[in-house]
Amino acid sequence: MLLFTSLLFTGLYTGNTDAENGGIGNDLIDQIAEELQNRKTIAAAIDEILASKAERKREWLEALLSGTLYFRKSDKKVVTVTKQGSSFELTAASDGSAQGTAGKREISKVKINNSLRKKLRNAIAEMALDDPDAKARVVAVEQMLQSLDKSKLAAITQRASTETDSSVKKLMLLATHLNALDNGTGPEKVAAIQIIGNNTRDIVVQRLTSLSSNEDPAVATEANAALVEIQKRISFYEKIETVLFGLSLGSVLAMAAIGLAITFGVMGVINMAHGEMIMIGAYTTWAVQQALPAFIEYSLIVAVPLAFIAAFLVGVLIEFLVIRHLYGRPLETLLATFGISLILQQSARTFISAQNVPVSNPSWLSGQWHFDPALSVAINRVVIFFFCLAVFAALMWLLRRTFFGLKVRAVSQNREMARAMGARSARIDSMTFGLGAGIAGVAGVALSQLTNVGPNMGQSYIVDSFMVVVFGGVGNLWGTLLAGLSLGVVNKFLEPWVGAVLAKIVVLVFIIVFIQKYPRGLFPQRGRAAGD
Amino acid sequence: MKLKNAIMGAVMAGFTVATPLAIAEDTIKVGVLHSLSGTMAISETTLKDTMLMLIEQQNAKGGLLGKQLEAVVVDPASDWPLFAEKARELIEVNSVDAVFGCWTSVSRKSVLPVFEELNSLLFYPVQYEGEESSKNVFYTGAAPNQQAIPAVIYLKEDIGVERWILAGTDYVYPRTTNKILEAYLLDSGVAAEDIMINYTPFGHSDWQSIVSDIKKFGSTGKKTAVVSTINGDANVPFYKELGNQGVSAEDIPVVAFSVGEEELSGIDTAPLVGHLAAWNYFMSVESDVNDEFIGNWHKFTGDDGRVSNDPMEAHHIGFNMWVQAVEKAGTTDPDAVQEAIIGVTVPNLTGGVSAMLPNHHVTKPVLIGEIQDDGQFDVVWETKGMVAGDAWSDFLPDSKDIIADWRKPMSCGNYNVKTGVCSGQNL
Amino acid sequence: MLSVLRNDRGGQLILSVLLVLTIVLPYLNLAFPESHPWHFSTYQLNLFGKYLCYALLAMSVDLVWGYMGFLTLGHGAYFGLGGYAMGMYLMRQVGDRGVYGNPDLPDFMVFLNWQELPWYWMGFNWFPVALIAVFLVPGVLAFLFGWFAFRSRVNGVYLSIISQAMTYALMLAFFRNEFGFGGNNGLTDFKDILGFPVNAQHTRVALFVASALSVIFAYLLCRSIVSSRAGRVVVAIRDAESRTRFLGYQVENYQLMMLVVSAMLAGVAGALYVPQVGIINPGEFSPLNSIEIVIWVAIGGRATLYGAVVGALLVNFAKSWFTAAFPEYWLFALGALFVLTTLWLPYGVAGLRRGRITA
Repeated sequence: MLLFTSLLFTGLYTGNTDAENGGIGNDLIDQIAEELQNRKTIAAAIDEILASKAERKREWLEALLSGTLYFRKSDKKVVTVTKQGSSFELTAASDGSAQGTAGKREISKVKINNSLRKKLRNAIAEMALDDPDAKARVVAVEQMLQSLDKSKLAAITQRASTETDSSVKKLMLLATHLNALDNGTGPEKVAAIQIIGNNTRDIVVQRLTSLSSNEDPAVATEANAALVEIQKRISFYEKIETVLFGLSLGSVLAMAAIGLAITFGVMGVINMAHGEMIMIGAYTTWAVQQALPAFIEYSLIVAVPLAFIAAFLVGVLIEFLVIRHLYGRPLETLLATFGISLILQQSARTFISAQNVPVSNPSWLSGQWHFDPALSVAINRVVIFFFCLAVFAALMWLLRRTFFGLKVRAVSQNREMARAMGARSARIDSMTFGLGAGIAGVAGVALSQLTNVGPNMGQSYIVDSFMVVVFGGVGNLWGTLLAGLSLGVVNKFLEPWVGAVLAKIVVLVFIIVFIQKYPRGLFPQRGRAAGD
Repeated sequence: MKLKNAIMGAVMAGFTVATPLAIAEDTIKVGVLHSLSGTMAISETTLKDTMLMLIEQQNAKGGLLGKQLEAVVVDPASDWPLFAEKARELIEVNSVDAVFGCWTSVSRKSVLPVFEELNSLLFYPVQYEGEESSKNVFYTGAAPNQQAIPAVIYLKEDIGVERWILAGTDYVYPRTTNKILEAYLLDSGVAAEDIMINYTPFGHSDWQSIVSDIKKFGSTGKKTAVVSTINGDANVPFYKELGNQGVSAEDIPVVAFSVGEEELSGIDTAPLVGHLAAWNYFMSVESDVNDEFIGNWHKFTGDDGRVSNDPMEAHHIGFNMWVQAVEKAGTTDPDAVQEAIIGVTVPNLTGGVSAMLPNHHVTKPVLIGEIQDDGQFDVVWETKGMVAGDAWSDFLPDSKDIIADWRKPMSCGNYNVKTGVCSGQNL
Repeated sequence: MLSVLRNDRGGQLILSVLLVLTIVLPYLNLAFPESHPWHFSTYQLNLFGKYLCYALLAMSVDLVWGYMGFLTLGHGAYFGLGGYAMGMYLMRQVGDRGVYGNPDLPDFMVFLNWQELPWYWMGFNWFPVALIAVFLVPGVLAFLFGWFAFRSRVNGVYLSIISQAMTYALMLAFFRNEFGFGGNNGLTDFKDILGFPVNAQHTRVALFVASALSVIFAYLLCRSIVSSRAGRVVVAIRDAESRTRFLGYQVENYQLMMLVVSAMLAGVAGALYVPQVGIINPGEFSPLNSIEIVIWVAIGGRATLYGAVVGALLVNFAKSWFTAAFPEYWLFALGALFVLTTLWLPYGVAGLRRGRITA
């Protein structure tokens, strides 16, 4: 408890106390500065920190782990840094005092490797056991569970008695049960298995597997029974996981295809430059992040409207310069837009870079939601899935519930009649094409979170997008959405079975066969527009 | 009618334009055969720039044999038959004295017969699967024993890895490398059920199921590592998915053979920190030659943010070897250069000295680096000295008896020491 | 047979130019030594031979697109299959001269530890078998594809997209090493064709002449098909499918015949292409390649046959030239070429002559 309060105390009032009395043992960091710089001696230096009683110990370890602990070359002082544009703002590691700013070349980073990182994490976990934040305590216990030993167990059991948070407490109890499995007597083991026998954690399964051949028959039977139960649960979760993977892949396919469903499905333009519209959206995300490096967290929220606008404008331009002159010759739009796609790709190569560009993931999009130790979903996948649905819903609203949508549908169904009724078909075409391009741009923002952003990215989506639109039924947005999702799920169910390559081939053959049976896709368009 | 004729005329006129008009100008021509468009442009454009820089530097030093060097750049557009056509064009039409180029194995396979037929020289700068040694090709990238095997030894001995996932793109380089590694691992006592092999198509972008399988494979409590021969474009989504599913380098490290500084410059590296790569060069290597090289590179490209990588170093080594061999032979004649270049040594960028071996491979150090959050690698392990490139792997049953030696009197790229037969030569 | 050219001025022109080139170019190549200013280099001859294969391929696309109205986005599949059939023959001719010196297995199989030749490679060391496969394999694939698709009355973009799916699936399949066709590296490092070394000057000249004659022959064949009664029915199907059907024609049978002939021509083009470029790789099946073929036809002018020949030669010549002359910017030029021809030359280069479409 003493340690706890003192940590809290220093954590809150670091600036004052340390500057006044230098802290207890906090000079250590500057004394071992040289050792920290050398790959051969850093491990010993870190051991020295761990053994010390320095007040700022945890801050150092955390800075080391997050890669913000640096070494100032001029006076060999160890500092923590925060990046400010191209320069770094320095804080002394020993007392937390501000040390001004420095350029990249004046400081050098204290580099650690995987085994040290693991060591640091374990050490921090033990300290974080007393953290006021329950979440930090969960992380701490989780970390300690991975390599449970006597001292860790003692620390956990001691802390468990005063623990108030239920989820932390549950984890802490798990530790005692695990200990029973490791070191308990036969009956203790059986009792522990009965309690945690439905837990799907790796560490539990590992222990049960080794206990299943225990010399004590009671333990072995109990362990085996528990394993069967666990396997049942795990395989159930695996099925759910496969569906979720499939839905996620499907939402990516649908997302990439929705824009095409408009230009191709509604307007009948075979837009081979569709992939490049996605590319424009993704590059917009990159540009936003480059322009506002301090606001990576909000970059996507800014990028979505900007990507829409950028791709919309390019779309309108393409429509004005090329597509407009090709109405009534839909197949020829394929040729012209293929040329445009070559030009756009090479523009990205020449004017930006032939290399891919980095797009960061904001932290609110990274991480997972755990439903169970055996079932978790990545947050960005979930967000993209719902984003796809939201885009789709917005589009449906636009087409079904607005006057603009009415005109779009009218023009697509019967151009002459619509014109006769006063719809300015040229303008509507231009807006519709822009809309399709804009949606593709928005898709680009989403895809930038999952895959490469570079000159080739468009090409990798164009073929799949056409498949999705055709499979779903040209001219039917619902078809596109369902086609994307179902192809994703089918693919994911096939993949563990036949491997990733064959799964894709099987899906393609499936599309070919499906079209034989349903020559107009999942949802054939009815009415005048269907005839040709 | 008139226009049509004009077009046909233009077609024919073009053919005549392409014929060698001016050979009068006295320069030594160097061909650069790297894709500047298509899927491979992403990696190969940098190598084209590297060659232009090296040639410019050599010219600043007074050229070669008293003549200036002239780069002839063509774009084979990531199209494999076009590689063969362009190679022929460089040699026959532009009369280049040596060609620096290719990235993928298939592009090298495509141009190989052309170089052998026309007896010209190709310097190939990328790590590859081995199982080849041509009279006309110099392999300045790593052979499997200069990259894959040392990496596995490091994981096994220094990290204590017991379970292995060999993940690769489905083509020849990963297949061969994995075959060699599998044979090696089984030899060294790893049980077959502790090895998982997985192949994915080119440009694979949805890694959810595979990463989930990797997680499950690694959940037995034994230390697990992924040895990745995943090709270029598929890497970003792979690493992003590892991050998504919370697989960290401390739990399951991934050691990659195709991910370098250039590839990392297109990724947000924060979730990758701690994953590994094995190469013969890292930009972060501290040596004077490397600092100078990077300085020149930044000056040449006018961009302080440009990174350098392993294939660039390979071109640096190959180009300097060629220059030395030409000076030694006193001519650019391919036969004379082939003879002179064996045994030539040049400083490499890691501070050591690389030599051209009789099997047309080079000696190089092997380094293993951990990815840092600035997209650079921190070297965590390196071989003590230089490792000699082995064209024919000792771990494949059909090639362990084969050796390559281009010195006289053997002069053979695949000599079977058991049967005493030299086969498969286009001579 | 020549009578079919009676009303075909464009065809007359193209064929006479081709015939002249078939005689003159090899003569210039063989009769004059390299140093002579009149010498036509083997490199250029070879290049021209390659373009002629593309011309043949373009013609096969024009047959189904121009005349039958099926915008095929999968003709690269037939071309690739023909190429692979030839490549397999060439690979077997390597014999024990491969790098591993194995007389029974191609190098890549030794490399993958295969013990024996897969059944589908049997007989390919025999040229007639390979030749039959060149026609048969693409033909059978086209037959199966057409049989199902036309019978189910799949048409329009649906047909185009499933033809694209077909070539895409084939590409992925051939990329797989287990498939037994050399995976991504494909088939390469050929030595002999019919006992002659592939790279020798005379062989190259012979291949050029063979390509040129194939184009000429295929042109005559296609022209006679489209001017025959069956050809007219096919055009009728293109313009009004239902009406033709109601007139009592078995629409599917005509379509099927056209597609099979076209696929076989594409197969021949592939077979001639492979020994000239020295490699066949799954990249030939890539959907973008097939789109490019359609573009050659569009640029030349569809439904003219000779337009396809001109388009293929023109675009590929431009590509070869651009990639050497402006390696960094050639895609801009090529892209612009595609856009501008579509906008200003709706009937392609052939349309320059008449300003109207010919059927």
